[in-house]
Amino acid sequence: MTAMLNIRDLKAYYGQVQALHGLEFGLNEGSLTTLLGANGAGKTTTLRAICNMVRSTGSIEFEGKPLSGRSTENIVRLGIAHVPQGRGTFTTMTVDENLQLGAITRKDRAAVTSDIERMYAHFPVLKQRHTQQAGTLSGGEQQMLAVARALMLRPRLMLLDEPSFGLAPLIVRDLFRILGKINREDKVTILVVEQNAQLALELADQAYVIETGRIVMSGNADDIANNEDVRKSYLGY
Amino acid sequence: MELLTNQILAGIATGAIYACMALAVVMIYQAIDHLNFAQGEMAMFSTFIAWQLMQWGVPYWWAFLATLALSFAGGVIIERALFKPLANAPILTHVAGFIALFAIINSVAGLTWDFTIKQFPTPFGSSPFLGSQLISTHQAGMIGVTLVLLLLLYFFFQFTRVGLAMRAAATLPESARLVGINTSWMVALGWGMAAAIGSIAGMLIAPVVFLEPNMMGGVLIYGFAAAVLGGLTSPFGAVVGGFLVGIFENLAGTYIPGVGNELKLPIALALIITVLVVKPNGLFGRAIVKRV
Amino acid sequence: MSALQEIVDVTPVEATPKKYIALGGYASVAVLVLLIAAPLFAKNFIIFQMTMWLIYAIAVLALNILTGGSGQFSLGQSAFYAVGAYTSAILMEHFNVNYALTLPIAGVICFAFGYVFGQPALRLSGVYLALATFALATAMPQLLKLGYFEHWTGGVQGLVVTKPDAPFGLPMSQDMWLYYFTLVISIMIYVFSVNLLKSRSGRAMMAIRDNEIAASAMGVDVALYKTLAFGISAGITGVAGGLGAIAVQFVAPDSYTIQLAIALFLGMVVGGVGWLPGSLAGSAFIVFVPNIAESVSKGLSGAVFGAILIVIIFVLPHGARQIAYLSQHWINKLIHK
Repeated sequence: MTAMLNIRDLKAYYGQVQALHGLEFGLNEGSLTTLLGANGAGKTTTLRAICNMVRSTGSIEFEGKPLSGRSTENIVRLGIAHVPQGRGTFTTMTVDENLQLGAITRKDRAAVTSDIERMYAHFPVLKQRHTQQAGTLSGGEQQMLAVARALMLRPRLMLLDEPSFGLAPLIVRDLFRILGKINREDKVTILVVEQNAQLALELADQAYVIETGRIVMSGNADDIANNEDVRKSYLGY
Repeated sequence: MELLTNQILAGIATGAIYACMALAVVMIYQAIDHLNFAQGEMAMFSTFIAWQLMQWGVPYWWAFLATLALSFAGGVIIERALFKPLANAPILTHVAGFIALFAIINSVAGLTWDFTIKQFPTPFGSSPFLGSQLISTHQAGMIGVTLVLLLLLYFFFQFTRVGLAMRAAATLPESARLVGINTSWMVALGWGMAAAIGSIAGMLIAPVVFLEPNMMGGVLIYGFAAAVLGGLTSPFGAVVGGFLVGIFENLAGTYIPGVGNELKLPIALALIITVLVVKPNGLFGRAIVKRV
Repeated sequence: MSALQEIVDVTPVEATPKKYIALGGYASVAVLVLLIAAPLFAKNFIIFQMTMWLIYAIAVLALNILTGGSGQFSLGQSAFYAVGAYTSAILMEHFNVNYALTLPIAGVICFAFGYVFGQPALRLSGVYLALATFALATAMPQLLKLGYFEHWTGGVQGLVVTKPDAPFGLPMSQDMWLYYFTLVISIMIYVFSVNLLKSRSGRAMMAIRDNEIAASAMGVDVALYKTLAFGISAGITGVAGGLGAIAVQFVAPDSYTIQLAIALFLGMVVGGVGWLPGSLAGSAFIVFVPNIAESVSKGLSGAVFGAILIVIIFVLPHGARQIAYLSQHWINKLIHK
């Protein structure tokens, strides 16, 4: 089986500073992969490079199509949803409008309406607040809204940047349970960038470890979780 | 008491001009997050186009529609040609760009149509409105058009997909791109709409102030003031602000001794600033919570 | 319920790193030599224009301290310039004060004016502050015309100012003397400003410019430094205004309209926001480009002016500073080869 997303020799730069040094990895269709690493290792940069939000060189192919040279919005239209760090919630708009925006590129109005109902089934708390300004939601609710908004695209691939950031442990568990469900039931390939390695490894089936802009380890999530170095550096036991 | 009501009525009549301009100002502020200092000149130029079309024998409403379309196209072209390349330049450089645009449009209009004042027709007539000497039918028509415009904009932004996308692109461009919105075109669209609304403002104002290349100078300042007073994020606020500024100005001219025509503007501005010091986001603007 | 909006905090003014606000040693000397030598080879009218160039450079520099230094934006500089000009003119013509002595007085009065105006301006930022300062600029010519002050200001007619002779019997024309006089004052103000921005107060102002909330959290007295920046900027502008009155030999309300404020703003952008030496380049733009535009086409001078401005901001969106950076970069490359 060929990989759905294929990244070769990816280098990314912020001004003069190089953040990624020839990153290589792939994602299989239907997989739930996590990208682990410390602060500043290049996790967020990797996701941003996939969506062409940072200057980069190298090749990124999605379902055989090269992504380089495409604008962010065109990449999104190929079916890649990106939940950015800080969630990117449209805080002045209502929950409903945020979900509408997630599907703004879709033409199938009726299906969009039913998808919104589906999202409310996934995240009942959002339904209670559907006319409320998104900025008034709590952090956890906003993260759910961000995930729901990304799903409204009916993506083939979903990129999540530290979804657990700033959330209470219980809420994180809940969120990850839903992510697993989406991965299995909706057949959405997922790439999660996480600092919370323990939870991420429980959830994922594949894992990569990134250090200073390079992939230093890859494999089955269980194997990675049992690796001595990973346990010392990321799991803390 | 009658003097007061009369002055307020007269203020509302002039306020309609400002409200119309303020609406265009807010429109572009929503799309690009800047005040466009050349907006008045763009509106003036549009009005000259309408005037030229009518000189060539085109009937009023056809000229009106054609001007609307041309202005929209003009706004989009200006954005694509001048301001898109500057997208990453510092904000103050943009302001310099607006000033340059101002100088160019003013100068070209002056050369093409010269600086003598011209009559511009009104579709509403200019007889007293409902027997009042203070408001003419044209001014009443202007208020009507402004309110209809406001309503249309409200529906556009609240209930259409493009309106939703435009709002998203203006508030959070990066998130907007991540849901697949082409933010760059949204900005161009904003410019086009602002130019079109500005052209309506120009065509409604011209019968009152007469058509000439400098006709919008004062009006734009009041338009800005109105928009700021109402809150730059709210089209509704802009319209209310426009009427309030008109009333302010008239009352100051009548009741404060020593205020001639010349000092009306500074006094109106001073009042607005006083309001802003108390309510820094304008009367109807959104409070913005900043994160460090 | 008021809606909450999180916004990514974009600094309104592009930050100029502190080490870059002034020219290096060699470059400073070269510019200084040029400024000293130039009038020796020029006609009186050209020398007069060069004097105006220096005067506007001081005013642009003042705006640079306010905007580039503390991140506040002003369209009201023409008002401070006017107050400075009138202070000098009234002192010279009504009280026979020596022209050189009027300048510090103009500076102090404008400092006080700016400091007081800075108080309500504290509550405002961005476009709101722009509107407030704009109001000041539009009000000033009208206030100067008011009947109450006519005895002092000369009303609409304005005041004629006597041009000073060179002192100590120095063999130079009035224009040349005034040029060197202005040059000495410009250098003093420039050195003062560079040191100010490099000092503790300068750091405090720049911290406010870059992030007001963070600055206040670090213990910077935001209100004090913002009003101080307004005061200092106004004071320096006032000195420029005083010099301007002496050089032009005339003050009138309509010389100090909003157009002057806009010109000073353009000068700052063209020179590079926050880069003090750029004030000279920006001022050259203010003084000379309108003439160039006029000579290209009388009828379309506005359009030519606008077109030149657009070309400049397209090629150099960060102003003259960009040229300085690039040339510095190349010189370093050449040396290290």
